[in-house]
Amino acid sequence: MTSKISRRSFLKGSFTAAGSVAVTSSMVRAASSLARENTESLVTVIDIRKCIGCEECVYACQESNAPKFPAPERPFPQMFPKRVPVADWSDKKDVSNRLTPYNWLFIQPATATFAGEEFELTIPRRCMHCENPPCVKLCPWGAAKQEPNGLSRIDSDICLGGSKCKSVCPWNVPQRQTGVGLYLDILPSLAGNGVMYKCDRCYQKLEKGEMPACIEACPENVQTIGPRSEMIEKAHALAKQINGYIYGETENGGTNTIYVSQVPFDQLVLETGKGRPPMEKEEDRMADGSNLARAMLLAPIAGALAAFGKFYNRVKEDA
Amino acid sequence: MAAVHKPKNHIYGILLFFITLTGFAQMPIFKRYYIADIPGFGWLAQFYVTHAMHYIFASLLIALCVYGVVDFVLSKRSLTKISVSGLVKGMILLGLMVSGGLMVIRNLPGVYFSHTLIYAMNLGHLGLCMALITVSFYTLVKKKRLK
Repeated sequence: MTSKISRRSFLKGSFTAAGSVAVTSSMVRAASSLARENTESLVTVIDIRKCIGCEECVYACQESNAPKFPAPERPFPQMFPKRVPVADWSDKKDVSNRLTPYNWLFIQPATATFAGEEFELTIPRRCMHCENPPCVKLCPWGAAKQEPNGLSRIDSDICLGGSKCKSVCPWNVPQRQTGVGLYLDILPSLAGNGVMYKCDRCYQKLEKGEMPACIEACPENVQTIGPRSEMIEKAHALAKQINGYIYGETENGGTNTIYVSQVPFDQLVLETGKGRPPMEKEEDRMADGSNLARAMLLAPIAGALAAFGKFYNRVKEDA
Repeated sequence: MAAVHKPKNHIYGILLFFITLTGFAQMPIFKRYYIADIPGFGWLAQFYVTHAMHYIFASLLIALCVYGVVDFVLSKRSLTKISVSGLVKGMILLGLMVSGGLMVIRNLPGVYFSHTLIYAMNLGHLGLCMALITVSFYTLVKKKRLK
């Protein structure tokens, strides 16, 4: 890999103009397919080799989603108990090297040594849009939603900011902003703590048949979006072509974001932590629940059989 | 509810306690309010653990309720033997099972419900739970059977 992180600032300026170049015919075709009624979920394939870390996608994301960003009211309510943390990013809106309520996509630098070669990579990171998203399914208020096209998003009008979605997310993606949202109108000191924010895949653009901002702005065409079966085929073909590796197809039971890299993902050295998700193998966290749900079908049968057994014994004793 | 024998009554009570506890644990409140800090209660703040436990207790409660209903029918007991409070609790339990069952289906992979339905299910399930607790405490404290 030849692209170095130090190139980023140079490339950022160079590609600002390039980013405004009219969309290519292939992008127009892809965009129109997004608008069609499609029963398959939409998947993005991210070719990590192509990413030069210019952050055009990051700025496009911020610009496109700025109307959705939080506008917290001050002073924040006094929280009870005092251990409840205040999460305030409203004075740090410019932070772009991690996920925040004002930055739903960031470029994560990674290094690796593989097959005797040293690699420096830059990886666009955001919500993976899981096929069975724990953030959506386990939200106790129904504030997180999943669309039939596979995208998941958090309704900022309903979210109370309890941060459960972040706790159950394998990548801890959603980020909280205090001082905004419904909790202010209910029990601001006792329940809730703001609103959780994350990538919603520019649903407002998808609804109009347009590309998500990050895909549209990328000068290197790092991301491709399309129906799941098509994109999985494409990801595997690409991985085969470069003798590479795939991340995201099976993680957490399957996601709608698939990374393709020439370096095995378990060889990547990433700076992880708050707002900087890992890239490790993730088991399906909803699997136990799904298995128990299927087993639940046996419960009424078992109850009925027990009652019939009791009835049978009683009849037998009477006879 | 059908007239219950003592052991079944105790099992019902224990199930109701744990299913309510694990149900409330679906909200991020036990850690916030230090309850999960009490030694032995840390699991209450582990969402996947309480989620699985809620499903297990729900299965047991469904089995017990179906047992009670089928036993009642096979025993040819009269409907008049059911108290008003028992009927109310039975209806609430049915509502909890229907809303809970829908939420279980919603949680399966590839299942999409409308946002309005999901919101209604969540609030309905919580509301019915609060109603069941209220009626149960009322009958427990008053020891009064409303006929």
